[in-house]
Amino acid sequence: MKKLFTAASLATLAPVAAAAQEMSIDDRVNEVFASSTGWFVNLIFSPLPFQIAGSDFPWIVMWLVVGATVFTVYFGLIQLRAFGHAISLVKGDYSDPNDAGEVSHFQALTTALSGTVGLGNIAGVAVAVGIGGPGATFWMILAGLLGMASKFTECTLGVKYRNEYPDGTVSGGPMYYMTKGFKERNLPGGSILAVLFSIFCILGALGGGNMFQANQAHAQISGILGDYPGWWTGVVFAIVVFLVIVGGIKSIASVTEKVVPFMGIMYVGAALVILLVNYDQIGWAFGQIWAGAFTGLGVAGGFVGALIQGFKRAAFSNEAGVGSAAIAHSAVRTKEPVTEGVVSLLEPFIDTVVICTMTALVITISGVLVVDPTTGLYVLNEAGTSIQTADGSSGVQLTSAAFATGFSWFPYVLAVAVVLFAFSTMISWSYYGLKAWTYLFGEGKTKELVFKLIFCVFIVIGAAAQLGAVIDFSDAMIFAMAVVNITALYFLMPIVKREMNSYFNRLKTGEIVKHTH
Amino acid sequence: MSKTTFVVGIDGSDAGERAVQFAKTRAKAVGDCAIALCYVIEWSPFSFQTAEENEQRHKRREEEVSMAHSRVLDPAVEAARKDGCEVSGFVRHGDAAEILDNLAKELGAEQIIVGRVGVRGLKERVFGGVTGRLVASASVPVTIIP
Repeated sequence: MKKLFTAASLATLAPVAAAAQEMSIDDRVNEVFASSTGWFVNLIFSPLPFQIAGSDFPWIVMWLVVGATVFTVYFGLIQLRAFGHAISLVKGDYSDPNDAGEVSHFQALTTALSGTVGLGNIAGVAVAVGIGGPGATFWMILAGLLGMASKFTECTLGVKYRNEYPDGTVSGGPMYYMTKGFKERNLPGGSILAVLFSIFCILGALGGGNMFQANQAHAQISGILGDYPGWWTGVVFAIVVFLVIVGGIKSIASVTEKVVPFMGIMYVGAALVILLVNYDQIGWAFGQIWAGAFTGLGVAGGFVGALIQGFKRAAFSNEAGVGSAAIAHSAVRTKEPVTEGVVSLLEPFIDTVVICTMTALVITISGVLVVDPTTGLYVLNEAGTSIQTADGSSGVQLTSAAFATGFSWFPYVLAVAVVLFAFSTMISWSYYGLKAWTYLFGEGKTKELVFKLIFCVFIVIGAAAQLGAVIDFSDAMIFAMAVVNITALYFLMPIVKREMNSYFNRLKTGEIVKHTH
Repeated sequence: MSKTTFVVGIDGSDAGERAVQFAKTRAKAVGDCAIALCYVIEWSPFSFQTAEENEQRHKRREEEVSMAHSRVLDPAVEAARKDGCEVSGFVRHGDAAEILDNLAKELGAEQIIVGRVGVRGLKERVFGGVTGRLVASASVPVTIIP
C-alpha cells in the first residue's frame, strides 16, 4: 500500500505513460552506459604488469600513493609540522582585520569540505569495508594522512596562480597553475595538461560529482519508500539542481550549505554514540582493522585487496591529488598562497581520518559483516567478490543497516543526510565542472547553460544506472584527473617549496604576526 | 589631551538618525569634539558559503561598501558637517557590537552612541540584540537612544 502510494505520488512528477516500460528504461540506460564507458574504466584500472603478494594491483592506486608519499617526504612531513598552524589560520588568528568581509580561510575550507564530505564518507567507506574488510580502514587512514601533503601542494598552487579579474571575481584551479606555472618554469606542455585536466574534470563532475551521488541518493530513498524506478529520483533531483544552477535560486543552495555542516556533525555524533555504547568492542574493532590490514582476514585478494579498496575509497572521498580542491580553495583572500595550502591539509584529515574512520568503525562493530565463527575470517558472497552482509546490502544501505543496529530510526535521518550531502556535492561539482568547461570553451551565458543542462541530464542517468557501472565510471574519471594533476604537481613542487620556506621563515622571525582581536 | 570623540553606530534607520542627532547636540555642548559615524555590515568569517559565492565575494564586498557609503554614511557625514561638526565616517564588516567597541578603542573615544534597534523574538532571547551585547562588552560608556 505504502509502495503504491509512493508510486502514485511520484508518478505525478514523471510522465505517466512511461511507467509501463519503467524497468526497461533503467535497464537500457545501464546497458548503454556500461558498454560506452567500459574501455576507459579498464584502461584506468588496468593492473601493473607484475603481481604484488599474488594479487593484481591497479597502477592508478600506486600512482596516487606514490604521489602522496613523494609530497610528504619532499615537504618534510608538512601535515604534521603545520597542523597547529592550520588551526590558528582557520580560527582567523592571522587574518588582517582590514580584510573583514572577504572570503576567510574558514569559508574556503568549509566550501571545499562540503564538496568532499558526503557520500564518499558514507557509501564509499561501506563499499571499501564491504569488499576489503575492516583492514581497508587502515589503508584508508594512511592514504588520508599522506593525502594531506597532496592537498597542501595543489591548493598552494591553486591560490598562487589563480586569475583575478578586473571586476574582482576570481577563478582558479589546476588549469591555471598548469599553464601559468609551467610557463614560469619554462616547461613545455602546460596547456596540453590543462586541456586534458579540464576534459577529465568535466567528466569527473558528471561521474563522481553527479551520477554517483544521484545513484546512492536513489538507493537510500528507495530503501525506505520501497522500490521504484531510479530515473524518477533522477528527474526530481535534476529539477532541483536545475533551479539552483540555472535558475539561480540561491535560497535552496544556501539552505543546503547551512544544513550540511549540521548534518555532518550529527552524523559524527551518532557514530560516536554508537561507539560509546559499544565501547567494549572498540579495541576489538581496531584489532580487526589492524589484523585485516596485513592479512585481509579472508577478503577477496587478501591484504592487497584491503589495501587497494582503502586507497581507492580514500582518494575518492577526500579527493587529494585530484585537483578539485584547488578550484574550491582559490577564492580565499590572502596574500600568502601557502596559508591556504596549510589550511587545506585539514581537509583530508577531517574527511578521511575522522569521518570515514567513524563509518568504518560503526560498520565493523555493528556486526553486519558476516564472520565465520570457527575461523574468525569474513565469509564471502557467492560470487566471491565481497563480504557477505547480514541483509545482503552494500554501499550506503550497508552503512544504514550498521547504524540501524544502534538506533532503529537512524536510516531515516541518514536518508535525509544522504540526500542533502548528495545535493551539496552536486552543487560543488557543478561549479568545478563549469570552471573546466569555461576554461575549454570560454565564458559566456549560452556556453555555461549548455554545460548546466548536460549536468542535469546526467543526474537522471546516474539515478537510473546500477551502482557497479556508476562507481567504475566515477572512479575512473576522478583518477584520470589525478593522473594529469599529480604530473603537473611534480613539475611545480619546487615553486611550492620556495613559497613554503619563505613563509615559515617569516613566521619564525616574527615578520608574520598574529592579529589580536 | 586629545579631543573628545564619540563613536556613533548608524544603520540607515530612524533610531540611528536619532543617535546622530543626540551626538551632535552633545558634541556642541562639549565644544572641541569629533564624531565618528560607523556603518557596520553584518558579516561573519565563520558562515558557510557556496563556491560561487566565494568567487564573487570580493566584488560583492566592494559593492556593499560603496552602497553603504552612498546610501547611508556619506549623506549622514555631509549633514553633520553642514551642522558644523567635525565628523568622520567608517564602513566595516563584522559583528556590530565588536566593531563599534574596537573603533572606540582605536580612536580613543569617550563613549559609544547607538539607537535602540535589534532583532526581536527568539533570536534576541538566545543571542541578545546588538545593543545588549554592546552594553555587555564595551570598554567605554554606551548611550542608547530610544
